[in-house]
Amino acid sequence: MTVETKLPYDQEYISQFSQKHKEPEWMKSLRLQALEKAAALPMPKPDKTNITNWNFSNFKHEAAGEPIQSLEDLPQEIKVFLDLENTEQNLVIQRNHSVAYASLSPKLKEQGVILTDIYTAMAEHGELVQRYYMKDAVGVDENRMTALHAALMNGGVFVYVPKNVTVEEPLQSIFWQEDAEAASFNHVIVVAEANSSLTYVENYISHNQEEEAVANIVTEVIAHDNANVSFGAVDNFAQGTTAYVNRRGVAYRDAVIEWALGQMNDGNTVSENITHLIGDNSVSNAKTVTVGRGKQSQNFTAKIVNHGLQSDGYILQHGVMKDSATSVFNGIGKIEHGASKSNAEQESRVLMLSKDARGDANPILLIDEDDVTAGHAASVGRVDPIQLYYLMSRGISKQEAERLVIHGFLAPVVTQIPIKAVREQLTEVIERKVY
Amino acid sequence: MAGSTLEIKDLHVSIEDQEILKGVNLTIKGGEFHAVMGPNGTGKSTLASAIMGHPKYEITQGSVLLDGEDVLEMEVDERAKAGLFLAMQYPSEISGVTNSDFLRSSINARREEGDEISLMKFIKEMDEAMDYLEMDKNMAQRYLNEGFSGGEKKRNEILQLMMIKPEIAILDEIDSGLDIDALKVVSKGINKLRDENFGCLIITHYQRLLNYITPDKVHVMMQGRVVKSGGPELAQRLEAEGYEWIKEELGIEDETVGQEA
Repeated sequence: MTVETKLPYDQEYISQFSQKHKEPEWMKSLRLQALEKAAALPMPKPDKTNITNWNFSNFKHEAAGEPIQSLEDLPQEIKVFLDLENTEQNLVIQRNHSVAYASLSPKLKEQGVILTDIYTAMAEHGELVQRYYMKDAVGVDENRMTALHAALMNGGVFVYVPKNVTVEEPLQSIFWQEDAEAASFNHVIVVAEANSSLTYVENYISHNQEEEAVANIVTEVIAHDNANVSFGAVDNFAQGTTAYVNRRGVAYRDAVIEWALGQMNDGNTVSENITHLIGDNSVSNAKTVTVGRGKQSQNFTAKIVNHGLQSDGYILQHGVMKDSATSVFNGIGKIEHGASKSNAEQESRVLMLSKDARGDANPILLIDEDDVTAGHAASVGRVDPIQLYYLMSRGISKQEAERLVIHGFLAPVVTQIPIKAVREQLTEVIERKVY
Repeated sequence: MAGSTLEIKDLHVSIEDQEILKGVNLTIKGGEFHAVMGPNGTGKSTLASAIMGHPKYEITQGSVLLDGEDVLEMEVDERAKAGLFLAMQYPSEISGVTNSDFLRSSINARREEGDEISLMKFIKEMDEAMDYLEMDKNMAQRYLNEGFSGGEKKRNEILQLMMIKPEIAILDEIDSGLDIDALKVVSKGINKLRDENFGCLIITHYQRLLNYITPDKVHVMMQGRVVKSGGPELAQRLEAEGYEWIKEELGIEDETVGQEA
């Protein structure tokens, strides 16, 4: 059986779409080539999850959103992600497919830091965007979803920190899918030049329950020599959205990429997070938390590939499954030939709260070099009755005891999320999903 | 009224179909400190766990009453709210939950909604209790028992005991693995609670704990039963002469559970 991904979007539509957004010629031709390739490319094949009946074709490609004058005008559900006491916001709020709010501190602007929506970036920093857009991290022709993404990209953010610049304050994006049927073909690029450092956090939010929509998101993080990128995300698409999320990092010599991902979608989701440790001594820590509920089916891949000498990768995935939710957690550590003295570690833990929930942890180590260290730990289980007994023996109710144990189980990742407001919000999303 | 009364009557307990307790009778009243002694493997810890409601133990016969209420019908948290406390031999480690959050939840669990302990009062009481037990203040913000040494876990159990202030406490080998200084500190904490409203059941197989906490009554367990009871002098005789004389007196060859006299 083949996947029905015939779309009502043809060459003409895409040309017009590109023109309307005043895109450079290279982007238009990249889109058109991608559309051609899409038809012939296979769908991604996530291990152990059948996605053939998932909705990837029913969505609205364009939906405008009203700008907002002040952050105070935001609805409460969006406001909670912001640190409103901080007057110097480095922030882009995308409402449907329009920029509703954008702000970057003058000091950072002066230093050459870029935090802007993808269309403005193409207009004002065209060469930079072209240099990185689907080049080093994610390729257009990897599968049908990446090609469709390139053809239909309809939003996103470009982040750039020049050489030797340290950005202390976090840079933040909020992608607010207010329109219940609006698709998110968001493209995020984060580039940290040599010896630079930054923290970036993004939130995806939608509220569509019955209405169907699609998210096909590509994120590319490039950390040049000795750069340090801390990347946090909370994905919170509602039940109606089918999501394909592809976040990829490339780390050069002595660079560090830290991922802290809250994978909190309520709809069916395929999410992969891959980091290539190209340079010697490069490091990546990939930490993810997931809560699955209802009937949703999800497939997560966390993968780190060691290419450089003495490169070091660590994957930590923690998932909680309830109701009849199903999740597969693939943890892949791959050490390429020549990456001697490198290290690949991973740990996947799944906690199941109901008898109908399913969680699979697949630890995979692929090693083509002798002089390396590697390790994996995986477990799938239920809440430990002895822990509950201990907590209850102090008068704490069973429900509260379970809540404490789950909270503690997810804490190793939650505490890594860089912005306090986002961290608290993630905690709240977890509470809402678990109870 | 002088405290609560815990009555254990003809208690039989099994684990995985093996009977460990074979009819234990004990009554502990507010104001009394009881010591249950005995060699390893005679059912002492099973008694403690069964009273608190450990999920692995099955009560096959007998009753446990707290002020006339049937404890065995209660959920574990209800037993705690009724006034029981067990200082465990092997406390669980709970990652991600700080010691102080856990303690505050425990205290509030025993109070009415709307009557929760104020944060200021809680911090003050916790500081005082930690000082009293010579505990490092950082332990308040560490995750519950995670990475604690054996001695730190025992102190932490006594800290909870002092803060929760139950009517009846059972201390399950609170002295095992403690050096003499830690033993003194832990004993000091327990003695501080001594008043007519507080009853305590101390389980140990070393007499040395009883040098610091003087029991009103001493019971010896063998083969899953209380085989001898007496005053503090019984503990001293056990220290001096060991358990052999009791075995001879009662004609017991092997004191552990599963053997019959």
